[in-house]
Amino acid sequence: MNIGTRKILDRSFTAVGLTSILLMALALLVVVVPIVSGGIGAIFFKGTIEHRKLQLREFDNGNREVLDRQIAESEPYRQEVFRMLDAFAAELETFEPTRKREYSSKVSSVKDIVSHLLGPVPGEPEPILLRFQYGTTRWEKAEESLHDLMFVTKWDTSNPEEMGKQYFVPRVDEFAGTSLAALFPYIEENLEKMLLPEQTFYWGFLTERSLDAHIFGGVWAEIQGTLFLAIGAMLFAFPMGVIAAIYFTEYARENVFTSILRSANSTLAGVPSIVFGLFGLAFFINTIKVSDSKSVLAGSLTLAIMILPTIIRAAEEAILSVPKTYKEASIGLGSTKWRTIVTVILPAALPGIITGGIISLGRAAGETAPIIFTAAVSVGATIGLGDVLTSPTPALSWNIYNLASEHEAANEIRHVQYGMVLALISIVLLLNLSAILLRARISKKLKG
Amino acid sequence: MQEVLNKKNVEKRILAPRESRDTIGRINVSNPRMICRDVNVYYGDKQAIRNVSIDIGCNEVLAMIGPSGCGKSTFLRCLNRMNDTIDNCRVTGEILFDDKDIYDSSIDVVPLRAQIGMVFQKPNPFPKTIYENVAWAPRIHGIIESKSDADEIVETSLQKAGLWGEVKDRLDQPGNGLSGGQQQRLCIARAIAVSPEVILMDEPCSALDPIATAKIEDLIEELRTQYTIAIVTHSMQQASRVSQRTAFFHLGDLIEVGATEAIFTKPSHQLTEDYITGRYG
Repeated sequence: MNIGTRKILDRSFTAVGLTSILLMALALLVVVVPIVSGGIGAIFFKGTIEHRKLQLREFDNGNREVLDRQIAESEPYRQEVFRMLDAFAAELETFEPTRKREYSSKVSSVKDIVSHLLGPVPGEPEPILLRFQYGTTRWEKAEESLHDLMFVTKWDTSNPEEMGKQYFVPRVDEFAGTSLAALFPYIEENLEKMLLPEQTFYWGFLTERSLDAHIFGGVWAEIQGTLFLAIGAMLFAFPMGVIAAIYFTEYARENVFTSILRSANSTLAGVPSIVFGLFGLAFFINTIKVSDSKSVLAGSLTLAIMILPTIIRAAEEAILSVPKTYKEASIGLGSTKWRTIVTVILPAALPGIITGGIISLGRAAGETAPIIFTAAVSVGATIGLGDVLTSPTPALSWNIYNLASEHEAANEIRHVQYGMVLALISIVLLLNLSAILLRARISKKLKG
Repeated sequence: MQEVLNKKNVEKRILAPRESRDTIGRINVSNPRMICRDVNVYYGDKQAIRNVSIDIGCNEVLAMIGPSGCGKSTFLRCLNRMNDTIDNCRVTGEILFDDKDIYDSSIDVVPLRAQIGMVFQKPNPFPKTIYENVAWAPRIHGIIESKSDADEIVETSLQKAGLWGEVKDRLDQPGNGLSGGQQQRLCIARAIAVSPEVILMDEPCSALDPIATAKIEDLIEELRTQYTIAIVTHSMQQASRVSQRTAFFHLGDLIEVGATEAIFTKPSHQLTEDYITGRYG
């Protein structure tokens, strides 16, 4: 091969490699940017006065005096809205029955939107669900509701060949000629004064429990559940995995039995995680009954079984990569095998073992399938450390799925879904980062 | 032309079918520290060492030389049972140390390896500090009871290994940070920290530069007064410089043993002569 061809080959190889790395980085960016921007929206957003009311009443956060002043400030505008509604209700009585029926259904949807925006309308029965006790807490949601108030959504289905087309009709037209017609421009004009939006930095999203099935509040229960499950899995899998790796590398002889064990281990590493979930249910809960039903313990054990092969592999690789000369030196100085393993081989292999462990920890934190049947509940209270043996827990991975697909108000709480994804990704990234730092630190200590 | 012919003859000799070859020269000494008789080593079916019998005298340096793959390292590793760590390795025959066969089932290899220390081809300090490298073995053998014991052993061992002056101010630094020659002397210090009686050295200078090699050779000369040393080496100059007796191995046989001077000036066996004159190696 002549030198020109070689150079071309080298360059095209470099180009292909760089392109694939760039594509990967781009794909990552496409995935991560919306998650980060959406997730940050859960913590950093324009919060309305309703958010501050909720925080003060439910979590005792915030300044009561400032809030009272703001309530006093917004109240006149709200009273004007309620006065208009009352006035229209009185006007309604004077209408003839057909017209009255028509308008009362129209006004009830206006009332719904108003109470969604501002909180319960005075005179209506006190709502039971928390979600109806407060108005809109986020300004961008308020703007959406305002649009719903101003326009009626209609569908044009005149052409049966095509899908219906959405179009908007100003709601004020429906009330033309009545006293309520003035309500719409009034609200449009004064919504900010009624809700007093402020830039809000809501750390509580990460540290507070959720209220009314994640419609308000934070995701602490999920974060804590995820940590419990991942750390619990680690408590079982890490010691077992390291001991198994020591057995494989230092004690096992090459025979049929150990090669079966090895291939079993590799096979386990490739088993789909849902299979582990079903196994966990069938074995840990139904057969040996570690708990009566789903529990953190059962979930941790299932996750532990799932990550065990990875930990064994990583630890095995780490132990095998310890130079044989260390072992020789130790044996040559009259150390026993066990002491050689504990004082020479394991310390030297530690960076690799820990890296494998923490990467598995990240995986355990992110897995959904193994905990569906064994540990996760969609809505639950924050559990204490004493409850891990018996109680199930909400967990980020499962609740991300649940909130996005099965929640009754999935569309209303997009920010919570994004926030949870961001929290999960951050936990996994932080774990991996700490693995890298720890590894660097230990290797530096070993190498000098 | 003559050279080519010679070379061919040599090759023929080496490749010729093997029959058991008896050792030439005196294998026993007046005050032996270790006595090896009819030692055979097998790796699986393959025999690596054949009927080797030799004494290692007190306070002498025994050099083992021979071409690559002749079994000299294998034999050295038999002397403190390092071959135990190789799965399919089998040793027969007798190796007496303190009148006991070290391969006897009643022998505990742990104290044995403390008495018969070993220094390896490649410097292999532990990934620990200089201090810990030296103090580690005495500690696991229970020789050290207090911090002052440890300090003392570390200092004397490093002094004996001629390293104290160079490292006394940085004992808490990692052993891997030293130069190759210093690392090898650290390994020697580590080996003598448990007060062995015999030190086995497996080509201790093959990874070192000439100056570091000279230092190690001087050190071997000094250590001889207190320890019995068996050294495997590829360098015939080194063997002639440091040893009192030399053993020449060839394809698993101990071909010739004798006083170093005699071996290098008038070898009795043709193979020995060919080897030391550099016809093959």
